Amino acid sequence: QTKTGVLKISHDIFLWSDIISTVEFNHTGELLATGDKGGRVVIFQREPESKNEPYNQGEYNVYSTFQSHEPEFDYLKSLEIEEKINKIKWLPQQNAAHSLLSTNDKTIKLWKVTERDKRPEGYNLKDEEGKLKDLSTVTSLQVPVLKPMDLMVEVTPRRIFANGHTYHVNSISVNSDCETYMSADDLRINLWHLAITDRSFNIVDIKPANMEDLTEVITASEFHPHHCNLFVYSSSKGSLRLCDMRASALCDKHSKLFEEPEDPSNRSFFSEIISSVSDVKFSHSGRYMLTRDYLTVKVWDLNMETKPIETYQVHDYLRSKLCSLYENDCIFDKFECAWNGSDSVIMTGAYNNFFRMFDRNTKRDVTLEASRESSKPRAILKPRRVCVGGKRRKDDISVDSLDFTKKILHTAWHPTENIIAIAATNNLYIFQDKVNSEMH
Amino acid sequence: MGEEEGLHQTQLLDTMFVRGLKRKCFDGEEDIEGTLAGFKAIPSYNLQRQSLLDMSLVKLQLCHMLVEPNLCRSVLIANTVRQIQEEMTQDGTWQMINTQSAGQTSLDRLVSTDILCRSSKEQAEGKLVPVYSTFTKDCEGTQSQDNSEIMSTVTSPQAPRNLQSNMWEMENPQENRGNFQKSLDQIFETLENKSPNTVEDLFSEVDNSYYDLDTVLTGMMSNTKMGHCDVLETFPSQTTANSNSNCKSDLNELDHIVEILVES
Repeated sequence: QTKTGVLKISHDIFLWSDIISTVEFNHTGELLATGDKGGRVVIFQREPESKNEPYNQGEYNVYSTFQSHEPEFDYLKSLEIEEKINKIKWLPQQNAAHSLLSTNDKTIKLWKVTERDKRPEGYNLKDEEGKLKDLSTVTSLQVPVLKPMDLMVEVTPRRIFANGHTYHVNSISVNSDCETYMSADDLRINLWHLAITDRSFNIVDIKPANMEDLTEVITASEFHPHHCNLFVYSSSKGSLRLCDMRASALCDKHSKLFEEPEDPSNRSFFSEIISSVSDVKFSHSGRYMLTRDYLTVKVWDLNMETKPIETYQVHDYLRSKLCSLYENDCIFDKFECAWNGSDSVIMTGAYNNFFRMFDRNTKRDVTLEASRESSKPRAILKPRRVCVGGKRRKDDISVDSLDFTKKILHTAWHPTENIIAIAATNNLYIFQDKVNSEMH
Repeated sequence: MGEEEGLHQTQLLDTMFVRGLKRKCFDGEEDIEGTLAGFKAIPSYNLQRQSLLDMSLVKLQLCHMLVEPNLCRSVLIANTVRQIQEEMTQDGTWQMINTQSAGQTSLDRLVSTDILCRSSKEQAEGKLVPVYSTFTKDCEGTQSQDNSEIMSTVTSPQAPRNLQSNMWEMENPQENRGNFQKSLDQIFETLENKSPNTVEDLFSEVDNSYYDLDTVLTGMMSNTKMGHCDVLETFPSQTTANSNSNCKSDLNELDHIVEILVES
């Protein structure tokens, strides 16, 4: 029996710090990084496919784990700075090492991931444990040789970009020039050079002179995948601003403003909240943008500012429940969205550990579930359905039975293949999804 | 799937947020089970709007213990409050609040706000008729009378700023409805002492810490290590460096909230 305004609380008990807060594939898809609320980063590596073990086709195994951020205390404000990793972004690989940026609310760090699988042996002055030899025992000279050893993955912090943000960092994005990146907080966006940590360049500032006049914040931002001078940022009022860094130093004036006019017949007190954009992603082609707001995902054409070219309903059955969702704060949940490699399918998470995929060409969509019960290894995911009254099929879930504590906020799609990573609270699911056969 | 626990949580929230509901009188109906289905008379649009306003203000006041509040969330809630205030100003119902006697507490008005979820189009289709209720316990008797009063008292709407301060002053309930109510009142009173003129004043100290009741509830249920909950459990040892943080001065009241949650 559920009552209005109160939604189920999950029965699971787990560590708060294990909750996954971000998921990101690197540019080849060989590596997958996750960040959690405890400030840790776990990197998974895809096993190379081998003919001997056909079932081991490209499984992801843990490659490295490290503590990226620690909790801090701001003594001036008497406030704690959470160690939660908000975002991870990989740098394009330029040598044998891999590099990634990780950020919490305030500080961005550049990490270098290197492998060591050989070590030198046969030193003249030191023994195998590194202790100095007794020189009287040294009778001949030898050249140290490299001998294979068990693979060791080392992660070292190379840069710490601190003190750039007064407000909470919500996004970072590496520029296609591979030299700069940007970080955005609620009110400002900064441009950094990857090699310089003691200063950054402020490129967007929407802080009003009088904080009492504040009505809109920045919610997400991203560089264009090909044009290093272009970036987009989204706002809590549902608008997107495309900015050109060549036009002026301070990009407060947008080059293009993407905004869909509000439907006056659909207006309610919650209209603004549900229009707030929680994530924005350029397509791989660079021609489109994908946005997520509370109830929909939208595809925008960079050449058309007046409205999106496509709108997909993620869970429209929640529209009549907005009051309850406002009361329990679920209405403020920030869902991410993702493109597949060919920009033909888009994906986003929802509640009850459901996630949704929309095929832009066939206009078909599917709802899938990430849970231990329904996902045995190598089983095929069964499409799920939420029924909203009327006919109810056997495995349908009613809206009132949805578990709103099980939310899939973070999802990622392999850059080229049909492999998806789904973060369901403290669990990571990696599905190799046969997209076409699952659509209904 | 956690039915027992879900019900337990339901009862908690019902107690805290819907407590005043059973005392409400709608067309003489007293058989209220705490669910929308139990109402035979749906709360008026104005009542629900008022409830949403109160809920929003509660959300803005409750402070995180240690961590900075989510600015996006605060801005969205404040914008919602502004919208409600503007609409109430145009309606003239803002005037109504000022003319009513004190004794009504904000919790009384936290009724189901299902109607607010409907679009204005649905409302226009006649699904409900807005009633200018008087927000007193004697709603039945004085209604027709007050309707005419409403018409006559609708003058030029006051500026939202003045109305806001009037509303703050009004929140001085004469009854105590439990420890949670008491702590809410204290928060409202401390804000009144600071004499905020507008909801925007809340942002002038955006860097202060806030408590989040939702986080507290979630933390209690999941029985995990959480920055917020840990701190609540170790209240007495907290030192406050910031003299402006009125929220922190109400630490004792939050102890009571924790007790309520744990006892049940």
